[in-house]
Amino acid sequence: MSAATDAVIPRILKANEADLLDEWLREQLSAFRAGSRISESDLRGQSREFLNLLQQATQGGNIADVQGPSYGRVRDLLGDVSRSRGLQGFSPSETAMFVFSLKRPLFTRIRHELATDPDSLATVTWSATELLDKLGLYTTEVYQKSREQVITRQQQELLELSTPVVKLWDGILALPMIGTLDSARTQVVMESLLQRIVETGADIAIIDITGVPTVDTLTAQHLLKTVTAARLMGAECIISGIRPQIAQTIVHLGVDLGAVITKATLADAFRRALEMRGQREPLLKPR
Amino acid sequence: MDRIPILKLRDLLLVTIQVDMHDRLAMQLQDELTTKISETGARGVLIDISSLDIVDSFIGRMIANIAAMARVLDAKTVVVGMQPAVAITLVELGLTLPGVRTALNVDKGMALLESTTRAIEDLPAADAGRTE
Repeated sequence: MSAATDAVIPRILKANEADLLDEWLREQLSAFRAGSRISESDLRGQSREFLNLLQQATQGGNIADVQGPSYGRVRDLLGDVSRSRGLQGFSPSETAMFVFSLKRPLFTRIRHELATDPDSLATVTWSATELLDKLGLYTTEVYQKSREQVITRQQQELLELSTPVVKLWDGILALPMIGTLDSARTQVVMESLLQRIVETGADIAIIDITGVPTVDTLTAQHLLKTVTAARLMGAECIISGIRPQIAQTIVHLGVDLGAVITKATLADAFRRALEMRGQREPLLKPR
Repeated sequence: MDRIPILKLRDLLLVTIQVDMHDRLAMQLQDELTTKISETGARGVLIDISSLDIVDSFIGRMIANIAAMARVLDAKTVVVGMQPAVAITLVELGLTLPGVRTALNVDKGMALLESTTRAIEDLPAADAGRTE
């Protein structure tokens, strides 16, 4: 590509700045259906800045190299825009529209400018398409990355949230389980329960599954493993909070919970635990 | 050569495993423990494995075997102080040690053994009165 055609894009951007901005804004607003989640003034500010920076960046000459240093500020702006849109709940295509909607106004200008020279018209149009496509893809990439960060953070928080082991009484621990039990979570749950049993010297652990939405064979197997491991260490487990549907599922699946004490509610389990401890020593020792 | 001491405590035998278990040591323990039970007529065996942090399927099986042999010789076995990692490993290996009693520490294991053996002793001694 020659330097002459390269210079056309920055020239057009500079000469038609105001017109381009107006047309581009119209495109964007129609794409958003009345611009529901972002105000027109914000959009105008972002668009004006982008045009400005783009013009400066393309003046460097090497206009297809969006990863290069001349595009640094353009990339920063796009990153900010797509991150903030990601947080505002825009879809990926709506976010990428920010860049892609510039195509129509820009191409109209280019055609207008180079109407007499079909060869360079094609060349310039191609390089403009290439440039905007790359910038649009970059926007999507940043959007995706920011969403992934949110997901990773939430997963971690969920894992930390989901395994509290609480002490109910002298020698009685309770583990309220919330959410779906997969292998990774059960491993964390099992380890923290067993660790707490060692630390506190508790005889009885109540595993409450009121917050577990569904129980399949895998979940049941995980539960049984936890119960067995606790028993090997010398602590008895009671499973409580079994809802009617879950009781039906367990029986239909043919899972054998025969060796485990099961109760419908945490209160029943707690009463049973107190009884079990009462057999061994007086319930309320004077302190 | 390592040896695992077997201590006699009234009518109980106390075994504390404080070295890394290897296969020959486990076989030797099995041998000595059964001999000791029949010699002393012990009613209970307490195996403390709180310093054992690695088990394999063989050691797991040995623990189950020792408990079964002690039961044949009419002595109750309690395994105490199992570490969480060991418990998880045994469960993953499918060795759930059925028939083996467990307790969190030696203290609780002793209480468990005493309560079970006394319950049995109380039966014929009910009209004769306590001899202790």
